[in-house]
Amino acid sequence: MLRAIYDWVDERLDITPLWRDVADHEVPEHVNPAHHFSAFIYCFGGLTFFVVVIQILSGMFLAMNYVPDIENAHRSVQYLQNEVAMGVIVRGMHHWGASVAIVMLFLHTLRVFFTGAYKHPREFNWVIGMLIFFVMLGLGFTGYLLPWDNKAYFATKVGVEIAGSVPVLGPYIATFLQGGDIVGAQTLARFYALHVFFLPAALLGLLGAHFILIRRQGISGPL
Amino acid sequence: MANNQEGNHKQVHYVGDSHVRADRSKLYPKDYDEFPGKTEPFLPNFLLKEWMVAVVFLVGFMTLVMAEEPPLGEFADPTNTSFLPVPDWYFLFLYQLLKHKWAAGDFVVVGTMIVPGIAFMALLFAPWLDRSKERRPLKRPVATGIMIITLVAISALTWAAEYEHEQQLLSAPGETPENTEIAAKDSKGYDIYAKNACIKCHGENLEGTNGPGLLGVGNKLSADEISKIIAEGRGTMPAGMFQGSPAEEKILVEWLTKQTQK
Ligand code: HEM
Repeated sequence: MLRAIYDWVDERLDITPLWRDVADHEVPEHVNPAHHFSAFIYCFGGLTFFVVVIQILSGMFLAMNYVPDIENAHRSVQYLQNEVAMGVIVRGMHHWGASVAIVMLFLHTLRVFFTGAYKHPREFNWVIGMLIFFVMLGLGFTGYLLPWDNKAYFATKVGVEIAGSVPVLGPYIATFLQGGDIVGAQTLARFYALHVFFLPAALLGLLGAHFILIRRQGISGPL
Repeated sequence: MANNQEGNHKQVHYVGDSHVRADRSKLYPKDYDEFPGKTEPFLPNFLLKEWMVAVVFLVGFMTLVMAEEPPLGEFADPTNTSFLPVPDWYFLFLYQLLKHKWAAGDFVVVGTMIVPGIAFMALLFAPWLDRSKERRPLKRPVATGIMIITLVAISALTWAAEYEHEQQLLSAPGETPENTEIAAKDSKGYDIYAKNACIKCHGENLEGTNGPGLLGVGNKLSADEISKIIAEGRGTMPAGMFQGSPAEEKILVEWLTKQTQK
């Protein structure tokens, strides 16, 4: 039955080559942790992706309860954490996941750096990776404000002040981030939009490019 | 449409029905025959093994999530002037950089633009700065060396920021409990407290002036811990502020442990 459905679709859309290309490509021994334990360093990229998936899923569940306005943000987080079934797990995954994502991203970058995998012909993928790093830091910065507790508020205030002290562009950056002259209601709405729409969209686009390039260029050879 | 190697080169070949020429040379990845060994297909063989690694990772991660509740502080209060701001830990090194005098005040561009800018640009353009074919880290000592020095610097800055923040927290006035009534104010304990230098920083009403308030200190510290702080100091509090006799110290400590305001 399933086979028949698949064949029916495949006959019209020719989907087999799409996934066969991904499924059948050969993975060499030197990156396979089943053959060399030390090859686990080549899993860091995959694990980073795994954490990104955890962040997206837990974030979607957080969004079912979170209210992005300064009156209710803190209350909604408190409600989620203390009243909603499994709420503390959902928030915990997203909260700790953010730190773990940065750690894994860092380890992956170091693996690529120390194995010289950024060299010809993979220069461009390294540049994409750095942009990903930047987007991830942006997600961390914008997400930190959302619970609207003292820590969130004052860290953002200081962060915006630092950005504002940059010569020439500083005041524009500060106004852009704050959505006005102070960290307040506008800032929260803005950070929320950046955190759940703009930055994840940029991240997914960059990740798509990252993976296409890896598939095209193959993994770098053994050292 | 196959690429016609020997054929007539004047006739242009295209890929499929696109306008992409079929005979442009490309950088195809190495054939895996060139990495002799136990090569295997990505799906499902390899991905299952990577999934094993992910399972170990997931168990560790969920253990952390279940062990530590995510913190949620007090409702943001912009008028709170004593709150010590801290960024999330992975921004601490940048934050700490700005505390150095050559990267603050008039020189703040050094801390906000120049140092981070150079570091970011160097990373972004690493493939063009380090162009040799060599990939082994020990064979390219400059790249490896710079990265290791950077890692050490980042760790040191992060550690210093964390340390300073903790010291400041210990010495900051802190949050005042709702009940601000001093326990046993008319006792000998308070007299000893007032006679010594304690009162100058911790305040006449234990509210904290230059140092943290001591209201509710009995909930946080044991008698031994208080004794130790009195003898050795803590944070910005120096040792030897208490000048009385050991008997007086005992009364003072006992009185402080009674300060259990909430
Ligand atoms: C969310 C972030 C990221 C994800 C999910 C990700 C994922 C991956 C994956 C799955 C691989 C295959 C090999 C491996 O797992 O090690 C890979 C390779 C690679 N990544 Fe990333 N990556 C991320 C960020 C970065 C960053 C920040 C950089 C560098 C600045 C980077 C540079 C590279 C390069 C150059 C390769 C090719 C390595 C080789 O062929 O040996 N990636 N990435």
